Amino acid sequence: MATNYETFEYDVLVIGAGGAGLRAAIEASALGVKVGLVCKSLLGKAHTVMAEGGMAAAMANVDDRDSWKVHFADTMRGGQYLNNWRMAELHAKEAPARVYELEAWGAVFDRTKDGKILQRNFGGHRYPRLAHVGDRTGLEMIRTLQDHGIHQGITVHMEWTIVTLLKDGNRVVGAFGYDRERGRFKVLRAKAVVVASGGLGRAYRITSNSWEGTGDGHSLAYHAGADLLDMEFIQFHPTGMIWPPSVQGLLVTEGVRGEGGILLNKDGKRFMFDDIPDNYKSQTSTDPEEGWRYTQGDKNARRPPELLTRDHVARCINREVKAGRGSPHGGVFLDIAWIKEKIPNAAEHIKKKLPSMYHQFMQLANLDITREPMEIGPTTHYVMGGVRVNGDTQMSSVPGLFAAGECAAGLHGANRLGGNSLSDLLVFGKRAGEYAAKYAKESPAGKIDDAQVEEAARQALEPFERTGSAEGPYQVQHDLQTMMQDLVGIVRREEEMARALDGISQLKERAAKAAVHGHREYNPGWHTALDLKHLLTVSEAIARSAIDRKESRGGHFRDDFPEKSAEAAKVNTVISKAADGSMQLRREPIPAMPDELKQVIEEMK
Amino acid sequence: MKKVTFKIWRGDAEGGELIEYTTEATEGMVILDVVHKIQATQANDLSCRWNCKAGKCGSCSAEINGVPRLMCMTRMDMIPTHQPVTIEPMRAFPRIRDLVTDVSWNFRVKQKIKPFKPRTPDAPDGTWRMQQEDIDRVQEFRKCIECFLCQDVCHVLRDHHKHEEFIGPRFLVYTAALEMHPLDTEDRLPELKQAHGIGYCNITKCCTKVCPEHITITDNAIIPLKERVVDDFYDPLGWLWKLLRPKG
Repeated sequence: MATNYETFEYDVLVIGAGGAGLRAAIEASALGVKVGLVCKSLLGKAHTVMAEGGMAAAMANVDDRDSWKVHFADTMRGGQYLNNWRMAELHAKEAPARVYELEAWGAVFDRTKDGKILQRNFGGHRYPRLAHVGDRTGLEMIRTLQDHGIHQGITVHMEWTIVTLLKDGNRVVGAFGYDRERGRFKVLRAKAVVVASGGLGRAYRITSNSWEGTGDGHSLAYHAGADLLDMEFIQFHPTGMIWPPSVQGLLVTEGVRGEGGILLNKDGKRFMFDDIPDNYKSQTSTDPEEGWRYTQGDKNARRPPELLTRDHVARCINREVKAGRGSPHGGVFLDIAWIKEKIPNAAEHIKKKLPSMYHQFMQLANLDITREPMEIGPTTHYVMGGVRVNGDTQMSSVPGLFAAGECAAGLHGANRLGGNSLSDLLVFGKRAGEYAAKYAKESPAGKIDDAQVEEAARQALEPFERTGSAEGPYQVQHDLQTMMQDLVGIVRREEEMARALDGISQLKERAAKAAVHGHREYNPGWHTALDLKHLLTVSEAIARSAIDRKESRGGHFRDDFPEKSAEAAKVNTVISKAADGSMQLRREPIPAMPDELKQVIEEMK
Repeated sequence: MKKVTFKIWRGDAEGGELIEYTTEATEGMVILDVVHKIQATQANDLSCRWNCKAGKCGSCSAEINGVPRLMCMTRMDMIPTHQPVTIEPMRAFPRIRDLVTDVSWNFRVKQKIKPFKPRTPDAPDGTWRMQQEDIDRVQEFRKCIECFLCQDVCHVLRDHHKHEEFIGPRFLVYTAALEMHPLDTEDRLPELKQAHGIGYCNITKCCTKVCPEHITITDNAIIPLKERVVDDFYDPLGWLWKLLRPKG
């Protein structure tokens, strides 16, 4: 029987309505093409709202020594030189214009004394660089894009989920999905498709990501034939809440450390002074007093070690806990209350600078951060790896398929600097929208293959037919998250990851049998069952890539290979789907950097 | 560990009822955890919206023991558990399924409000200058997470169903944020008075009480807007000035 579905026609289809998706849709629409925007949640609820600290852009409003060159060098150093240097260059050059553009669309950033956009310090950034609004910068960004975007003639489909991309030959020509409310199928025909679906934190048990972070864009692109790049690099944010259990993983902004917060073990020792990596020694303070002055804007002071890159801070915390010097619930202490020794009205100051954090701890943990230290530990936060794209156009290895934001790879290399994500969304969201529109204008509409639609619909409805099975999708999802957390987490070993690969095969079999009850209308059990395919795909890609990289670098730490390797420094890890459906891995040399960029890095050392 | 009984509204647009579930409540649990636990173990198809679980996205709005709240920010130890805890969908909006309501009206309302229109840039490089004290108020309004709890509690919408004549507290705050934005040059007062029905608000401040972001909706947004409307339309000196002032 032919499947019942509704058809929509667009020039450009954008999947995901966080910062990157919205920015892409706005840009494409401005170029005069017909744009459809699909999001799994209501508009304005995407994970971008969770971003707290700010967006990095070398506007030099606070420190006039800043420039795109310093930002570029900081990003490359943070990414340990695995970054796509072209993306790092474009990002550093274009981020200021993207921030000013937000202001022209109504964003209200915090100000400097002379009325410019204020910028704050953040880990890995040499100068104060993050434009921000207290600690709710992500909300400001998404609301600004949303409120501007709704007047640009974009058609928004809220609470729709895309299940698969549709192809005509080797080209992507649309997508197949369903609306969550009624569970009815949709075919969205498009000349170009932009995936901007965010991250995959839900593959792990402890994560700062919401239910939406199931790696949809990574998986959709992979199954459509696109390459995935550097999937072993996962950022474990050093400061997630750990108590009470129900909030485990919830993010505590790096802004706490930017405002002077310090990390302490159970003996009250500032352990971050114990281990400062060589390549950061020249710019890191070894004196608590100097570190404090840095957080208060002293241009001659060097940053405290709490503001080293996230991968390093997360591992130091892990080390303290493993050595038995952790806090009661298995983390360490993050203390901002101590600044009362330094400034008058410290409690008011903290509430003004970190209002969301104050409320978050007050309401969820019954803890007043102006009086007591917080208990924190690492949480799965961000994936540096993703769809491999052309640095200028954001087109993937599949014609007509573009990617932007967290689900695309390249900008961040082995480790992302805080604040570089929001600017990434804007810079490359805009570029993806621009080049997708251009591609759509130059391309004829593709043909939708009924057989592909029928097969997608059959697979989507299968879970309802498995009445014999006792197991539901939640148990499979839970077991996958626990396994990835334990075996492919912050510290990795070959034999554990090999076990994880076996486990993933078994979980695939269980997922293929998991039964769903009820009907198609707003049925979270069914949605979870369909998301499992994405989670299993990205988990396998992470495990395979992590096994292959036999060194430790950035967000990938191997207990059995704890050092960096000069050989591994020369390659990116590429995952693709073979003709027989199996997952293939290959290493590809990192393209050579032009001399002028090499020189910038030398100058900034 | 304590066993607690919950009565959760299950049903759809056609109708429904409160269904009892009993589950264990552990330290630090919030209502959203309870709903998820019941969803994972007893009712896989129990529908609810949520995203961030940190009070930042405004997705998980519901009525807990009759009070509009975010489920993710309502700790179990904040509510009495000696009797069953009721969890119901928002009442000011059409029901879809279980705890999910159709809030699309809010998105349509926002679209009708004239967007931000900035003055020409202050500096040759295309940027503006604003002082922090001039934007503090607007930043308060922009904390809004669009949970629509203020819309849910507003009697003009909840009891009198004036959805066609009144935009509700959320969009009065939105309008206030635009009107008080130092760079904005648009005039939204005629619509506020007419199509957007600001006169319907009789300042009971229920919206301010339920706002999870603690925005002083009535005092800081609605009352100043009402004053501007009055000044613009009912002040005789103002009329005269408008008639006589040099144009252009």
